[in-house]
Amino acid sequence: MSEQTPTSEQQPTGGREPEAGRGLVRSLSDRLSGAISQVAAAGALIVVFIVLSIIAPSFLTADNLFNLGSQTSVKAVMAVGVTLVIITGGIDLSVGSVAALSGVVGVMLMATFGFNPLIGVLGGIVIGAAAGLVNGLLVSMVGLPPFIATLGMLSVARGLVLIVTGAVAVFGAPESFRLLGQGVIGVVPIPILVIVVVALGGHFVLTRTRLGRYAYVMGSNSEAARLSGVPVKRHTTSVYVLSGALAGLGGMIAASRINSGQPNFGEGLELDVIAAVVIGGASLFGGRGTVWGSLIGAFLVAVIRNGAVQLGINTFYQNVLIGVIIWLAVWWDRYQRRKLGADSG
Amino acid sequence: MIRITPELVDAERGRFAVAESVRSHEGDVPLAVRLTAVSKRFPGVIAVSEVDLGVAAGEVHVFAGENGAGKSTLMKMVAQIEAPTSGTIEIGGKPVSHQGPGAARELGVSMVHQEFALAPDLSVAENLFIGQEPGRFGWVAKGRERRNARELLARVGLDIVPERKVGSLSTAQQQRVEIAKALAVDAGVLILDEPTASLTEGEGRELFGIIGELCRRGIAVLYISHRLDEIFEVGDRVTVMRDGAVVETSPVSELDEARLVRLMVGRDVDNLYPRTHTELGPVRLSVSGLSRGGQVRDVSFDVRAGEIVGMAGLVGAGRTELARSVFGAEVPDSGTVSLDGKPLRIRGPADAIAAGLGYLTESRKDDGLALQLGVDKNITLARLPMWSVLIDLSEERELTQRHRDNLRIRTPRTSRPVRMLSGGNQQKVVLARWLEAGAEVLFCDEPGRGMDVGAKSEMFAELDSLASQGRSIVLISSYLPELMNMCDRILVMRAGRLVGEVAREEFSEERIVALATGAKDNHE
Ligand SMILES: Nc1ncnc2c1ncn2[C@@H]1O[C@H](COP(=O)(O)OP(=O)(O)OP(=O)(O)O)[C@@H](O)[C@H]1O
Ligand SMILES: [Mg+2]
Repeated sequence: MSEQTPTSEQQPTGGREPEAGRGLVRSLSDRLSGAISQVAAAGALIVVFIVLSIIAPSFLTADNLFNLGSQTSVKAVMAVGVTLVIITGGIDLSVGSVAALSGVVGVMLMATFGFNPLIGVLGGIVIGAAAGLVNGLLVSMVGLPPFIATLGMLSVARGLVLIVTGAVAVFGAPESFRLLGQGVIGVVPIPILVIVVVALGGHFVLTRTRLGRYAYVMGSNSEAARLSGVPVKRHTTSVYVLSGALAGLGGMIAASRINSGQPNFGEGLELDVIAAVVIGGASLFGGRGTVWGSLIGAFLVAVIRNGAVQLGINTFYQNVLIGVIIWLAVWWDRYQRRKLGADSG
Repeated sequence: MIRITPELVDAERGRFAVAESVRSHEGDVPLAVRLTAVSKRFPGVIAVSEVDLGVAAGEVHVFAGENGAGKSTLMKMVAQIEAPTSGTIEIGGKPVSHQGPGAARELGVSMVHQEFALAPDLSVAENLFIGQEPGRFGWVAKGRERRNARELLARVGLDIVPERKVGSLSTAQQQRVEIAKALAVDAGVLILDEPTASLTEGEGRELFGIIGELCRRGIAVLYISHRLDEIFEVGDRVTVMRDGAVVETSPVSELDEARLVRLMVGRDVDNLYPRTHTELGPVRLSVSGLSRGGQVRDVSFDVRAGEIVGMAGLVGAGRTELARSVFGAEVPDSGTVSLDGKPLRIRGPADAIAAGLGYLTESRKDDGLALQLGVDKNITLARLPMWSVLIDLSEERELTQRHRDNLRIRTPRTSRPVRMLSGGNQQKVVLARWLEAGAEVLFCDEPGRGMDVGAKSEMFAELDSLASQGRSIVLISSYLPELMNMCDRILVMRAGRLVGEVAREEFSEERIVALATGAKDNHE
């Protein structure tokens, strides 16, 4: 994003500007229109948060907020990876299963093979990255559509989880493993720190590295990218590897929260993650999306789920609600964009 | 190349008769289109401001003006694709409100867009009748559709089967499908936004024949063009726009080229084709025995340092395919490419660029630009300024601003999404990318597409300065004057083969056309 003062960005041959003096307002609204969906999602988040604080007495308690933070961290971390994939115009449906696979394998590394928690967590991330690599190669080398490649992985990874565990939960990780999902440094919960680190990293990759830049270009026009010398296959693969690795990290956080590897963890989780990314303003057609948006989306989804639990609303209704919110988010986004003729880059 | 047929003469006469009546008593001739104080504002830009205008039935009204002047936006408002911010538009005497392009068809307005609006995965026939398929109750009468399609294609002189997928056609062929699609509507007002941008002159003249015939039937034609010669050839009146406003409307007969240029770009363009000749250096690029899938057959040629080599040929002659094969966009079946004597191993465009080649593609929308992304990101795409592993954002900002100023890319800020730029300005962004890429040998495929005369002259000056630095340019263009003025040598292709080479001293339009068409060359 190039930040300039409104006067320096006008040039003698530029298009005619509306009335002078309104330059600042115009340029501000011009900027905001690029972040239209993020602003909307943030607004919705604040509203939902306030409403829940009022109507659900147990919502605004230290315990619940802590819980909310660590619940969100699982989705938020995964959403950062999926954002990258969606920006390239792809999709990753496998993140839920991959997270489960990472979770059980990571816990087994610690419980069965006696590795220390650090190795266990890294192991989980590597497993996720490996699954992502398979996704990436299927998309870039074999040429499968991302939807199909990752749908296959959704099933393959879940199958592997069941094979490895015999469909029973894996327990016995050392006590210190709990820190990842439940620990606190000072007053800051570790899962929140993880979100911050991953989000900053993701934002940095998207805005300051070749991979991030090329992700946007490939998603906007992959043939133009190829003909401008972008190694499209390599970067496509990398994006899925990152998504897999972050799904792995998400799986480890989740495993740490319940201190076990659950074979049925993460069923349907991909929907929440993709919902978060879409609510955050990413376009499923590619070329558009930000880490901040997806983060807000992840919080929104998590707050709604958490609040519904506080209010005693059945999961089935939660699902209906999340679905409706996806519709609303995308509709609103399109409507605003059409009205403003705006786009972000 | 024009065959003067009785129909054509008739058409011309009919057209001028109507136009004359427009000129003599403008008041009482029915106006096909009348605009009153029409304005259009986009966030940050006033695209059209306070335009008053009338176009008579049977008139060819040309719209000219520099890139970003607001011509396309004005036409889109007439075609009901964009809603005016203020002002009224009357079509056939009735005021219309913005009702969408479907409604425009009901009103009898049909438009050929500057950027094609064709569905690449549908057949030509399906594309021609999108939204008005023959048949009833949602049932498409395929047989009738094909028959009608064949008729239309014949009318625009396109010799292809209507079942062909549009995506498999060349840019120039798609251009004609666009024209045919516009003709499929029984329109009283036909809008053509740079319809000849990728046609050769001969092909353009065929279009003028069709236009003449339409005018004789009382159809009003609104025609946007940057080509001076054709403005004088087809136009009855011309409206020049600048900064969204009309600077002048007058009959073409009262204008001359120099004055028109001055009105369009607001300054004198004294040299459309600035070419300084320097001594040619050693051979840089050498292509030998290149073949690919019947579209490129056993082609060999050399390009020397400081040389601008032209590529002429008819549509489908294989010039684009040749460039794509050299560049690795398509893997050739056989043949070698070497640079400065060293054979290159090119597995894809990335290798070609690393070796020092560049290829400015023919279609900015399909394979040139990432339309959603900013001007800056598009300019630096082929060579990102890096600071170790990070993108150097301040350097990126500086260099994109430099290109914007040099090439006069009209955009209030360099982060503006490219799709918000006018067609010609988008083309300048593609050019800037390849100037920035710093290729040793640059293939330019119709690089001036959609640019105004001033911008073209600046583009050629840039290419010339690359050449004088010892780089080499291969210029593919369907516009012969461009090639003959800028090139040291012109290679002519026909049906995938290199059929001739003409040196600068021997340049003549007849000679090149004869080679390109394969007609007996009896000028020797
Ligand atoms: N969809 C859009 N959103 C925002 N701005 C736009 C949009 N379309 C056009 N503009 C702006 O309106 C102005 C006029 O553009 P227009 O396309 O009408 O120019 P033009 O005269 O057709 O130029 P060219 O010769 O390059 O085709 C330009 O400054 C352009 O940036
Ligand atoms: Mg235009």
